[in-house]
Amino acid sequence: MTDTAVTTTGSAAAPTGTGSMGTRVIGLAALVGAVFLVLLGLVWSPEDITQRELVRIMYVHVPSATIAYLCCFLTTIGSVMFLWKRSVWWDTVAYAAAEIGAVFMALACVTGAIWARPTWGTFWVWDDARLVTSAMLFLLLVGYLALRKVPGDPDVRAKRSAWLGLLLVPNVILVRQSVEWWRTLHQKATIQPTQLGAEMDGLMLFSLFCGFVVGTLVFAWLVIHRFRVAWLEREADESMLADAIAERRAEAIDSGTGGDPFGPRTGEAFG
Amino acid sequence: MLRDALLIAGRDLRVEWRSRVATNQVAPLALVIVMLFAFALDPARGILARAAPGLFWVAVVLCALLIVQRAATVESGDGVRDALRLTALSPAGMFLGKVLAIGAELLALEALLLVGVIVLYNAAPSTEGWPLVVATAALATACIAAAGTLYGVLASGLRVRDTLLPLLLLPVLAPVLIGATRAFEAAFAGVPADGWLWLGLLGVFALVYIVIGALAYGPLLEET
Repeated sequence: MTDTAVTTTGSAAAPTGTGSMGTRVIGLAALVGAVFLVLLGLVWSPEDITQRELVRIMYVHVPSATIAYLCCFLTTIGSVMFLWKRSVWWDTVAYAAAEIGAVFMALACVTGAIWARPTWGTFWVWDDARLVTSAMLFLLLVGYLALRKVPGDPDVRAKRSAWLGLLLVPNVILVRQSVEWWRTLHQKATIQPTQLGAEMDGLMLFSLFCGFVVGTLVFAWLVIHRFRVAWLEREADESMLADAIAERRAEAIDSGTGGDPFGPRTGEAFG
Repeated sequence: MLRDALLIAGRDLRVEWRSRVATNQVAPLALVIVMLFAFALDPARGILARAAPGLFWVAVVLCALLIVQRAATVESGDGVRDALRLTALSPAGMFLGKVLAIGAELLALEALLLVGVIVLYNAAPSTEGWPLVVATAALATACIAAAGTLYGVLASGLRVRDTLLPLLLLPVLAPVLIGATRAFEAAFAGVPADGWLWLGLLGVFALVYIVIGALAYGPLLEET
């Protein structure tokens, strides 16, 4: 992306690459933290009395699910702020958060299914409102991203996406409420997911805490980079349009003075 | 605003009535879906009768997609959008008008489907369950029509709208599907008291979408 950035004529505040001092520090901290988490989660922390080794997946699963919900809120906040302030910055925040949120939600669903198979004997159950809500949130995020990828006028897309992003949190609340009632009214949940917290071993709790810290660092690193890539993409689109217009103008002037409009352009395009 | 809504609803219904798409294509499709469910689930073992409330609402939601898509397409041709903006009708009124028109079509479709379910699935609401059935149908229709109109305008004018709209709208309608199905189940089973609770959820859903839709319709109509 650095090459694209050099050729753009964006404002002084625009990033000229996706890496910076700040992201390098965050990235390094995330990397070191991940190594520490692997040692802590897989080697140092004890196994659970009932779940045995399976408890270890929780150190990744719980933080990724939490971060995915955080991303969902960030997208809605970004959308509301865009509709209010009309700033591209907030629109890009909403976009970046939605994409990273979808990644974390997919990770949470996959790790959850891997954990559920040996624990509950099945990859998926409908008895837990959290499961169904998470899957629905993932689908809502996929829909949002699909709208974002539709080619067309970036301003129109931004406005439509903002309204869709604004509805994300209300939709999740409605889905959550309906699934909760559906399961509790009809049959008592037969399988209770392990209650994390009070009875957890100290080292296990610390591992989970580390999972949250590392997860947050990875999230911050990814969102900042995704934000910058999206920003540069937008700038590149705009500068390409400006270049095309300038080219056509030059072409018109060339043909006006009797020059061959196709000569220099073909040379440039392949040069 | 209400006058504008009635004006738009009247226009939409007239367009639908004259084009006959709803009566000649959507309604027969609803019956095809009802038949397909019977092929997929063995009718001999009573699964159909037990699943009837859920199948009913799945059929409604699938057909609603087509109705919503039609309602959005009506606006997109021949500069209708620009003409509408020039009429100085209130955008909230336009939104409500479209909701009313889609709602009216859906109610007619639901009546037809209910007859189909009673006749073909051998499942009917109990006598004391009828008020719940009517109330659920009215509220769920408001939910589907409001959300459908809003998402319809969100996806309208895009080349990919036919494939994008189902992806955006169907996950959003999940709470409506759950709530309406549970309420119908209670009505069919003869214990309507269990079902009334769900109407609260449907009411909140309808309210959220009518309010946000009325606010969003103007800005969304402007920029496309």
